[in-house]
Amino acid sequence: MLANLLSGDYPRSRILMVILAIIMGILAFGPFLFPGVRAFSMMGMICVFIILVASYDLMLGYTHIVSFAHTMFFGIGAYGVAMATASWGKGFDAVLLGAAGAMVVTVVLALLLGLLSLRVKAIFFALVTLAVAFAFLSLVTQLYPITGGEDGMRVHVPRELGPAFRPLDDTLAGFSLPDAFAALLGNTSWQEVFFEVRITGRTLMYYVAFGASVLVFLFLLRVVNSPFGKVLQAIRENEFRAQALGYNTVLYRTAVVVLSALLACLAGVLFALINRYVNPENTLAFELMVFILLMCVMGGMGTLYGSVIGVTLFLLAQNYLQDLLKLLVEQLPPDSALAHLVGPERWLLWFGLLFVLSVYFFPSGVVGQLRLWAARSPRTSNTPEAVDTDEPRTQYR
Amino acid sequence: MAYEQPVLETRNLSIHFGGHKAVNDVSCQFHRGTLTTIVGPNGAGKTTWFNLLSGQLRASHGKVLLHGEDLTSMSASARADKGLGRAFQLTNLFPGLSALENVRLAVASQHHTGHVFWQVSARRRDIADRAYELLQTVSLAHRADNLVANLPHGDQRKLEVALLLALEPEVFMFDEPTAGMSVDEVPVILELIAEIKARKDKVVLLVEHKMDVVRSLSDRIVVLHNGELVADGEPAEVIASPVVQEAYLGATQGEAS
Repeated sequence: MLANLLSGDYPRSRILMVILAIIMGILAFGPFLFPGVRAFSMMGMICVFIILVASYDLMLGYTHIVSFAHTMFFGIGAYGVAMATASWGKGFDAVLLGAAGAMVVTVVLALLLGLLSLRVKAIFFALVTLAVAFAFLSLVTQLYPITGGEDGMRVHVPRELGPAFRPLDDTLAGFSLPDAFAALLGNTSWQEVFFEVRITGRTLMYYVAFGASVLVFLFLLRVVNSPFGKVLQAIRENEFRAQALGYNTVLYRTAVVVLSALLACLAGVLFALINRYVNPENTLAFELMVFILLMCVMGGMGTLYGSVIGVTLFLLAQNYLQDLLKLLVEQLPPDSALAHLVGPERWLLWFGLLFVLSVYFFPSGVVGQLRLWAARSPRTSNTPEAVDTDEPRTQYR
Repeated sequence: MAYEQPVLETRNLSIHFGGHKAVNDVSCQFHRGTLTTIVGPNGAGKTTWFNLLSGQLRASHGKVLLHGEDLTSMSASARADKGLGRAFQLTNLFPGLSALENVRLAVASQHHTGHVFWQVSARRRDIADRAYELLQTVSLAHRADNLVANLPHGDQRKLEVALLLALEPEVFMFDEPTAGMSVDEVPVILELIAEIKARKDKVVLLVEHKMDVVRSLSDRIVVLHNGELVADGEPAEVIASPVVQEAYLGATQGEAS
């Protein structure tokens, strides 16, 4: 059953398995574990970004296609929903129409990008995607009447997915992890650990995003372990030879670009619904593209599980590094040089440093490194690489 | 075999790099059940001619025909699909994948399952079994799970041959299959080639320097020199001909064996 779901591709490291189980558990029960809007919205972003980064990894890590247009497809999905709900009102039909329209645009653009430029050198494809993504960004910024320009657009989410919708009359009990931690240290009483959770449309939307994220992740695991996925890895390893074996590599590369663009578009749709506000900054900016790349590399390219780790680490740092630095500053003598250096407004500096260190010490990403350690320790080295559940094992598999 | 239609034919095949004629006006026919060795000194254009056949290079002039069908404008992948199988001189595999995965990719190509994205690859018993069988054929079964990057050179050469066998092509092209192999590994590969020849329904093209190998296996020898075909015929007769003695054997006897 598990082998089937994971397509036989296990984490292959105990530490990694534990970390993934914790992330999965926290995301699954998130609204019941963390009171407060900030943690809630961050968990929603983690779900959306897992789709975005995992689909990017399919291109970058598994096929070695470097694309800078991933945020463009993300933006197409987000703006598709925003524009559709702006014109047709807050109904599920508008959302679906917007999403469908965005998917069509995505497929057409991705096909054009793929067929026109994947034939030639990889660097050329990267540059073309960069140019197209920038053109798209300035188009969205300029078309003020349709897209709201720099101001962006509010997304009119269906009532059932908004804060006003209350499917249950009663509240449910939540168990606050941060307060439990504080209580363990003796800072709060245990009574305060339990809190009331009111299920609203936003909670439902969160679970839609969470469900989509799990499904897409399992789907991608299946894809990379399928015969198709193996051809992608063959192209990554030696495209010339893949051709000599009879694989039309341009076709495969185009298919990957289209598939990954579609998933990015889906992530954009979810983002629009969960964030309820889109602008060029939060969907199309080049900075976001760089962040996706960082998450992918930090977690470990070509491992899929790495995208989960990378996204979680990155968003945690982005959201909480400033708080951590603030705490640090309070411990330091005010106005000292050191206090200025760790000022919360310099979080990006520290984050950059963390990134450089992580790449330096974990060149194959967190997941790659964990797997390397696991393979070295004799205890776990016999974890099966591939899989069978119900069939008898043969001697070689 | 005299009047049977040739399986593979090149007509005036040429490629020029600037002014340099790497392969010039080579016309040859190859029939079912024959093994032809292509010999010639280094730089004679043997590998380039192979590249023109299998589509890694496009011809400047001339044609490549398989069963009378013109393949000249087809891509390498399309030609492989048509039945032109190629093993490479310089080891040219998928280094980051296991030996079994390498062969499985070739088998999957032959079974046309590359587009299947909804099944777990390892569960395709038909393909995995065939791949494992081929590893056994080249006596690499014990290496199935090793990454190719970690295999010794000789094993990589054997794997190269396993990939070619997996494609079940109509035309087998071996580019110095035994180069760099240890003495006890060479017979494994030669026996495989002899077996393919014995099946009598394939065309085998072999680039080889070792004259004893050439003499014992070949039905025919084609000699290339400076990109041109200088001799073509029965082994004994070609080896004895003065033009070959001068162009090839005389000049590079030392390297040749």
